[in-house]
Amino acid sequence: MLELKNISYHVDDENGKDILNHIDLKIDDRFTAITGPNGGGKSTLAKLIAGIIQPTEGRIFFEGQDITQLSITERANLGISFAFQQPVRFKGITVLDLIRLAARENLSVEGACKYLAEVGLCARDYINREVNASLSGGELKRIEIATVIARGMKLSVFDEPEAGIDLWSFQNLIKVFEKMHDKTQGNIVIISHQERILDIADKIVVIANGEIQDIGSKAEILPKLLDGNLECRHNAGGCIHG
Amino acid sequence: MDEIQKTLLMQVADLHEVPAGAYNIRANGMSAGRQSTEHIEIVPKEDKPGIDIFIKPGTKKESVHIPVLMTQTGLKELVYNDFHIGEDCDVTIVAGCGIHNGGDKMSEHSGIHSFYIGKKSKVRYVEKHYGSGEGTGERVMNPETIVNLDEDSYMEMDTVQIRGVDSTDRVTRAKIGKGAQLVIKEKLMTHGKQKATTNFYVDLDGEDSSTNVISRSVAKDFSEQTFYSHINGNNKCAGHSECDAIIMDNAVVRAIPEITANSIDASLIHEAAIGKIAGEQLIKLMTLGLTEAEAEEQIVNGFLK
Repeated sequence: MLELKNISYHVDDENGKDILNHIDLKIDDRFTAITGPNGGGKSTLAKLIAGIIQPTEGRIFFEGQDITQLSITERANLGISFAFQQPVRFKGITVLDLIRLAARENLSVEGACKYLAEVGLCARDYINREVNASLSGGELKRIEIATVIARGMKLSVFDEPEAGIDLWSFQNLIKVFEKMHDKTQGNIVIISHQERILDIADKIVVIANGEIQDIGSKAEILPKLLDGNLECRHNAGGCIHG
Repeated sequence: MDEIQKTLLMQVADLHEVPAGAYNIRANGMSAGRQSTEHIEIVPKEDKPGIDIFIKPGTKKESVHIPVLMTQTGLKELVYNDFHIGEDCDVTIVAGCGIHNGGDKMSEHSGIHSFYIGKKSKVRYVEKHYGSGEGTGERVMNPETIVNLDEDSYMEMDTVQIRGVDSTDRVTRAKIGKGAQLVIKEKLMTHGKQKATTNFYVDLDGEDSSTNVISRSVAKDFSEQTFYSHINGNNKCAGHSECDAIIMDNAVVRAIPEITANSIDASLIHEAAIGKIAGEQLIKLMTLGLTEAEAEEQIVNGFLK
């Protein structure tokens, strides 16, 4: 459904760096996990898909349509969702406002609460809170995921959804993804270092040093990652956390 | 009242008809309706334009509406409204001014509101300013609010000016007595070539007096805003002021805080922040399918809510 053709991203500052080099990737599975060392280019790839940054080279196709030149808004309206690694804070905009904007309808409080309940937040305590620094990192992260659930799009990209949600179990996060797929029948892309999340992937893509280092089914890739056969060249600490 | 005046009334006082309870409606410099109640008496001044509002001690859960409407171009007025609030009251006062200027001459309303708030009384004061009209004449409002808070009294002042006022120069002076508290929440948006200046002077005179002055503003186009706050801690007291502004386009925003501790037990804080809308906020809302302009509108509306 999503296809990246020969995608490169080069930063043009004084140190000029190639972040991504000639990436060719097809995303048409239920769950695709993208993993690899920090600084390897994973988040850049997610931002290129959402349209937040433009590739230096290459084309992006979504359901056969070339979306390389389309804006963030146009891609969102075609059916692409993106959950930020670091959720954005707003002064004055409440959780209810944000869920309503995501759902594109004037949801009832009850309707909006349903989405918060899915990410394990007691809705009554949160619905009228401002999406600001008074919320913890983990709470913001779950609200971020709730906005993507509320959108229910054909392609949802999550950038490290597990970060900061340690108080909530991974099992619940995985259930969120499974439920989301049941509902949308779309494609879900998850950037993650977590073995338990990689374990639900149909396809695993390992990105390191701006290139696809390996790609294949979970059965093929996960054992290699766990054995350390795929080295995370820029991260001495390895790229998988159990 | 004509249709334009009715629209203004709705904008500044959320009223469709004459309100329940005590009210005084001033339209084009004349009285357009007045009603006193058992506990609230409204008396026109004899020596100058304006009214005296007397609220009897112990008056609870009652409200007073005193909207001012101007639809005649070129009108200029200065009005004195004095509020005498007895002890142990709990009341809401809704003021507001709407100017519709369809002509080419400047319309100007200046109101001096003085509050004398008795011991242990609680007052909520709401003031909305609104301007409309296609004329080239300026719409000017210069409100001055003078607050005297007696022992253990409380006042919350909510002021809103969102649209259509070309020039405003707001002054608030307050003297806070023992154990009393003043909370000010100002919301301001300017656009076009509008100019707005806000001046707060708060004297924390009494022991355990406190104030919290919160201003949120958005400056668009070529508009200019200046925020001054002067808080003097003259006793054991707590003072906090906060100015938070979003700047857009070619606007100019200045924030000049001044906190003075004249007592070793005064605790005073000032916070000021001016900045454009964060790019990541726009991006987040755009990933939800909003256009950049829609995202901007949501962020501004939320900020001023």
